[in-house]
Amino acid sequence: MFEAIVITIATAATPLLIAAMGELVVERSGVLNLGVEGMMIMGAVTGFGVALTTGSPWLGVFAAILVGALFSLLFAFLTLTLVTNQVATGLALTLLGLGLSGMIGEGFVGLPGVKMGTLYIPFLTDLPYVGRLVFGQDPIFYISIMLTAGVAYFLFYTKAGLTLRSVGDNHGSAHALGIRVIAIRYLAVMFGGACAGLAGAYLALVYVPQWVEGMSAGRGWIALALVVFASWRPWRVLAGAYLFGAVTIGQLHAQALGWPIPSQLLSALPYLATIVVLVLISRNRRLTMVNTPASLGRPFVPDR
Amino acid sequence: MSEQRNSAAAPLLEVRGLTKVFGQLKACDAIDLTIARGEIHALLGENGAGKSTLVKMLFGSLEPASGEILWKGEPVTVTSPGHARKLGIGMVFQHFSLFDALTAAENIMLSLDDDTSIIEIAEKARQLSAAYGLPLDPYALVGDLSVGERQRIEIIRCLLQEPELIILDEPTSVLTPQEADKLFETLERLRAEGKSILYISHRLEEVKRMCDRATVLRHGKVVGHCDPRKETAASLARMMVGNDVQAVVREAPAANAARQPLLEVRGLSRQPAGPFSIPLRDIWLTVNAGEVVGIAGVAGNGQGEFFEAISGEVIQRDAAVVRLRGKDAGRLDISGRRLAGAAFVPEERLGHGAAPRMKLSENLLLSRFKTDAKAFLGGLGLIRTPVIAQAAKRIVSEMDVRKSAEDPEAAALSGGNLQKFIIGRELDRKPAVMVVNQPTWGVDAGAAARIRQALIDLARSGSAVLVISQDLDELFEVSDAIAVMHDGQLSAPIPVADATLERIGLLMGGADVAHGEHHGEAA
Repeated sequence: MFEAIVITIATAATPLLIAAMGELVVERSGVLNLGVEGMMIMGAVTGFGVALTTGSPWLGVFAAILVGALFSLLFAFLTLTLVTNQVATGLALTLLGLGLSGMIGEGFVGLPGVKMGTLYIPFLTDLPYVGRLVFGQDPIFYISIMLTAGVAYFLFYTKAGLTLRSVGDNHGSAHALGIRVIAIRYLAVMFGGACAGLAGAYLALVYVPQWVEGMSAGRGWIALALVVFASWRPWRVLAGAYLFGAVTIGQLHAQALGWPIPSQLLSALPYLATIVVLVLISRNRRLTMVNTPASLGRPFVPDR
Repeated sequence: MSEQRNSAAAPLLEVRGLTKVFGQLKACDAIDLTIARGEIHALLGENGAGKSTLVKMLFGSLEPASGEILWKGEPVTVTSPGHARKLGIGMVFQHFSLFDALTAAENIMLSLDDDTSIIEIAEKARQLSAAYGLPLDPYALVGDLSVGERQRIEIIRCLLQEPELIILDEPTSVLTPQEADKLFETLERLRAEGKSILYISHRLEEVKRMCDRATVLRHGKVVGHCDPRKETAASLARMMVGNDVQAVVREAPAANAARQPLLEVRGLSRQPAGPFSIPLRDIWLTVNAGEVVGIAGVAGNGQGEFFEAISGEVIQRDAAVVRLRGKDAGRLDISGRRLAGAAFVPEERLGHGAAPRMKLSENLLLSRFKTDAKAFLGGLGLIRTPVIAQAAKRIVSEMDVRKSAEDPEAAALSGGNLQKFIIGRELDRKPAVMVVNQPTWGVDAGAAARIRQALIDLARSGSAVLVISQDLDELFEVSDAIAVMHDGQLSAPIPVADATLERIGLLMGGADVAHGEHHGEAA
């Protein structure tokens, strides 16, 4: 029973974790992309469609990553090259993604999808209590954990990661040192798009293997809130994703048990938690200074 | 000495006909410049003369429109700052190019092109900083450091790349006099090691003191080369400005004048408002009718917070903390304090002192619609445009504001001209109390002299004037007494006759800011 609940929590948390990890890298480079929801749903419809036509969930996953990255390239071109407003462009990207995916996915509605299998290692997976949890989940779950470790290592232990953080902290200084601000931001935004695409594919190939219009259901927004909730630290994003995942699952169980907690209140919990965290971190000067990308959302136009 | 070395080989750097155009403006117009090995070469000029544009081209951050750069006799195209560093050109920026959220060592790492580990960099930085007597903790977070310490990081970062030419862009504008002395020692040592330095400044005394040669720019053109040690400050200023700068006249205030306190600050304390602001701690100050009091201090020691508290942008809990013309004003907002006879000029001209996209006349109305409601507003609160246009015209002619259109947007004016307008807008009311933060920041010498004279004249006509500035020369020029702000505390005002650069400098650096005598005044 316990193991089963933890596994459902992991399933609910994984798409949040992947999308938020991508957005964390984007925001660390100083770009605010509010289009996560749109990129995610584009990934979902692509992943579902490609897996359905080819029969291979992995081809679906790769296609979703590609489409997520391409979709974010549109955002990058608009905000970085044409210097449009990041907030407005991000919102437009979300609306575009929701509409476009509905159109593309019209023929997929009601079709049974392809489900990605779970890992099975003889003996290990059969271990009591932890076997299925540690050795018996879907491959993307393992990718999400490796992604967290990878991003944490990249950001804080490599020179490239330092460069990315420097661009997010002060793009003027970075430019003066000869760091290619725009190029780095392009790469970061596309990484974020690829992650959102992967998160979308997870929804359509693992979470519920079918296509429903608008099936991302606000998870892109939760991912955005998570990044702030985690004060831009990768391992805290993981903790936050599982916390919010647990809330989602707990909400279902609470409803099933007939507890008198309004489900709307529980759905609002991630956002409430984010506001509380924002208030808390803004009270601590050092924490704000070290973790919040100071150039976040500010447009950059180099003079040359 | 440098002449002889020169003749042996090609000069380290030679610039021929370098030009940069921004829109209609020729920021640099056919600049010629030669820097020999082992010399400190000064680049002099007013704000907007093209100094920064020129060095940005040398450092590869800007692309020249035409002209050539010869490095050790070879023509080069400097494509990026990274390329400049590879050639052997290092730069210490005026507005520091540091990252607050990173440690000193990480900041240094970002400008190195190889893959040295952070531990090695920290060790090298520590050694280098010890060798040059510039103490530095490589693991300190830059955001926690003072301006002087930040500049040290920039210098160490620059030295670690072993450059042959070091460009310093107005390095002393943010330092205390003692910190500046330390910097000069370092520079002289670097010269002795055979390195060349391009030193950009508009402070003539330090250029005379250190530099071997000087190139003077005006309006983007080279107007002369000279040996600064053979010139006087006045002759250098004449070259920079193009004509004689009107000296500011400050007569001592009439001795028999009644010392009537017009602005009183009594025990002002303030919690930090945000993560980056400084708390104010028990500030006492009195400014009497007829006098100018200056507040010195290194940037970021609470001057901005102090100004906000005085101007009413932040209202005090206790009304008696700020008193204007003998009445409690601590609980009044900006308009309330303006109505009580005070006028304020904030540091930031665009966005704070003036709305950038609004016309001058509209900006005039915005700041004075309460105090001059009778004149500016008609029945039903309708705006009386002709009256305001008239007033704007009066201010423009009074302060000699140069503008391109009849009533241009504030953002269309140059910094100096906009500042003259903003100061004039307040002076035009003949305020009893005038509080100015950084009156001549980024303003050319001619306009600065005019603004300073206007402030002195206002005081002599019976008003109280408080000037907050980081420019000590300015404070010595205008003030009757100077107080120093350090870490949110204010020293007792020192009469300008007793104040020396050294004494003020020590206080700016944080030497015991005792504020003894005012408790007596308060009693």
